[in-house]
Amino acid sequence: MENGEIPENANEHCPGPQSETAGKSDSCAGCPNQEVCATAPKGPDPDLVAIAERMSTVKHKILVLSGKGGVGKSTFSAQLSFALAGMDHQVGLMDIDICGPSMPKMLGLEGHEIHQSNLGWSPVYVEDNLGVMSIGFMLPNSDEAVVWRGPRKNALIKQFLKDVYWGEIDYLVVDAPPGTSDEHISIVQYLQATGIDGAIIVTTPQEVSLIDVRKEVSFCKKVGVPVLGVVENMSGLCQPLADVTFMKVQSELGLSVDVTHEVISCLRKNAPELVNVLAYSEVFDRSGGGAENCSFDPQLCKAAEQGKSCFEGDNKCSVSAPALKSIIEKVVALIKDEDGAHQ
Amino acid sequence: MHGDNRLPRSLAETAGKSESCAGCPNQQACATGTAPTGPDPAERMATVKHKILVLSCKGGVGKSTFRYMRAKHAKNNNFGWSPVYVNDNLGVVSISLMHSESDDEPAIWRGPRKNDLIKQFLKEVHWGDHIDYLVVDTPPGTSDEHITLVQCLLDTGIDGAIIVTTPQEVAMADVRKGVNFCKKIGVSVLGVVENMSGLTQPLSDVKFMKLTTETGSSVDVTQDMISCIRENAPELLDGVFAWSQVFDSSGGGAERMCEEMGVPFLGKVPLDPQLGRAAERGKSCFEANKCSVSAPALKSIIEKVVASIKMKEDLSGGENKETP
Repeated sequence: MENGEIPENANEHCPGPQSETAGKSDSCAGCPNQEVCATAPKGPDPDLVAIAERMSTVKHKILVLSGKGGVGKSTFSAQLSFALAGMDHQVGLMDIDICGPSMPKMLGLEGHEIHQSNLGWSPVYVEDNLGVMSIGFMLPNSDEAVVWRGPRKNALIKQFLKDVYWGEIDYLVVDAPPGTSDEHISIVQYLQATGIDGAIIVTTPQEVSLIDVRKEVSFCKKVGVPVLGVVENMSGLCQPLADVTFMKVQSELGLSVDVTHEVISCLRKNAPELVNVLAYSEVFDRSGGGAENCSFDPQLCKAAEQGKSCFEGDNKCSVSAPALKSIIEKVVALIKDEDGAHQ
Repeated sequence: MHGDNRLPRSLAETAGKSESCAGCPNQQACATGTAPTGPDPAERMATVKHKILVLSCKGGVGKSTFRYMRAKHAKNNNFGWSPVYVNDNLGVVSISLMHSESDDEPAIWRGPRKNDLIKQFLKEVHWGDHIDYLVVDTPPGTSDEHITLVQCLLDTGIDGAIIVTTPQEVAMADVRKGVNFCKKIGVSVLGVVENMSGLTQPLSDVKFMKLTTETGSSVDVTQDMISCIRENAPELLDGVFAWSQVFDSSGGGAERMCEEMGVPFLGKVPLDPQLGRAAERGKSCFEANKCSVSAPALKSIIEKVVASIKMKEDLSGGENKETP
C-alpha cells in the first residue's frame, strides 16, 4: 500500500515512497516501483481538502465491491440506490467503473449529459432525490472504448469526488469495477479522511467467485473499511413455470422437440393446482452458501436493462425484490447502529 | 479527454514520444521503458506459432474456464521460468501459481506493478522450443493489462482476439467497446462467443415450489409434478430438458451485434452447471462426457477459431508473423 511504508519489493536502500528523492535517487535504479514513486505526488495531497469539503454534506458512504466480475454488483448498486431513494433518503450514486460504466443504462439515463454550474458538476437526476455520476455521461459515443491506464482513471475518480456538487445527501453509493486495483486503492485513499461507512461485497455461489470474495474481504481489512456484509447473487434460478420451455431429445437424430404444451396440458387436466408453481434450478455450484442470498431472476435482469427499479410497477421481480429488500433493510439498520454507537 | 485515447499506431516505436503523448502521466515510462530482466518478448515469442487474446471487457462472462492447479513455478536457471504443466502439451502461467501465501491474499496493485508482471511473463517464461498456440486470458476492461499486453506483442503478431459475452444488453455495451478497442489497436477480432445463452437442464435437476401467498412460504411440490406426469404422460419424463432464458436477449444478443459491427459470430454456449463444475475441478469439459449441453457448442466454436487462423495463415503464405 502506498502510505509511506517501504514496499516489500523495493530496492535495498529505498529512500521511501514519500521521500523527495523517491524514484529519482541512485538506489531507485531498477526498482519495480521506480516509475510510480517518481511520478506520484509527495506529502499531503491538496485535493483532499476539496474532497473533504464536498463530502461534508454526505452523511453515509457505501462502497459496492466484488472480487469477480459479472456477479451483479452494478445491478445491486442500482437497485440499492432505487430502494434508498424509495425510503425518501437523498441518494447519490457514483460509478467508478471507468472502462465499463453500467450506471447510465441501469438507471434509465442513457444519452444524458453532465452539466456544470457555479457549484460544480451536476449529477444526472433520475428522481429529485437520486443523482448519478458516471463517465458514461461524458462519452460522445457509448461504443467507444475507454483505454486508460491507472493514473488517468484515478484522476477522474478524484474529479468525481472534488468537482461534483452532490448537495446534502444521506447516502453516497459507490459502484466499483471488479478487483482490487487502482480504482479501489484510490477511492479508499481519497475518502479515508472523511470516512467510509462500509463495503458490501457481491458474489455468486461458486467457489471461483468465493475465492475472490475472500480476497476482497482481505482488502477491506487491510485498508480499514468495515465489511457491512456479503450478498450471494444468482443463488439459483427461480422462475414461474410459464417461463420454462420443455424440450424432448429424440436420441436417434439428436434433434429436440418442444413439448411444453404437452407438459402444461397434462398438468392442467390432472393437477391444475400445479400450473402456477415456480421452477427452481441451481445454476452455479454452491459450496456452502453462508451469505444472504438473492436468486437469479430474469425479470430483475430486464428491469436493470430498462433502467427501472425492481420495487415498483407491477412487481414483476417477484422472486428477487423481496430478497433485495430484506438485504437493503439490514444494511440501513447496520449503518444506523454504527451511527448510534458513535454518538 | 480524448487526446490520449488515440494510441500511436506503432505502439513500440512512438510510445511516449509522439505528440499525442504530451502530458500523459505515462509518457516517461513509455519513452524509456521500465526494466524487467530477461530477453525481449520478441525472442521468447519466436517459438510461438499463434497468439490468441481472450477478451470480454465485462466480467463474469466465462472467459476463464479452468482453474489453475496449485503449484509453484519452478525457476529453471538455464532457460527462464517454467510454466506449470497440466499435461505434456498444456502449460499454464498465472500469478496465482506464484503466491506463496494463501489464496485469500489480494494483489492490491496499481497499474505499473501489474504491467511489470505481465512483461515478466512475456520475457522470463520459457514456453519451450515450439508451441502452436499461446492463449492469453485477460481481466475485464480495457486498461493497463490490455494496453501493456498489446504493446509488447503487437510487433511479434497477435493472430486475433476472441470476445466472450453474455446475451444481455448491458454486456453488449461492453462488447462493442471491446470490438472498437481491437479495431483501434489493430488486433483482428476472430469472433464473439455468446456464453450463458439460456439454461438447459435435465428435468430431474429442476425443483418445483408452490408459493402460499398468505404466509409467503413455499412448499416443494416436485414429487407431485413428477407423479402427475408419470401417471398421465410417462413419455414426457424420458430425455426431457427444461430450458430457460436467464439473461434477456430480446435485444438480439451477440449475433445481432456482430452483424451490426461486421465481426464474426462464433456461436452460443448454453449455461451448463456441469461446465461450471468441470471448470472448478480443473477438468476439460470434453472428457467424461458430462457437459453434454455445453461441450458440443464449445467444440464447434473452437473448430471455427482454428480454421479461421489456419485460413489466414494459408492466405499469407505461412508468414503470419511480422519480421521484428
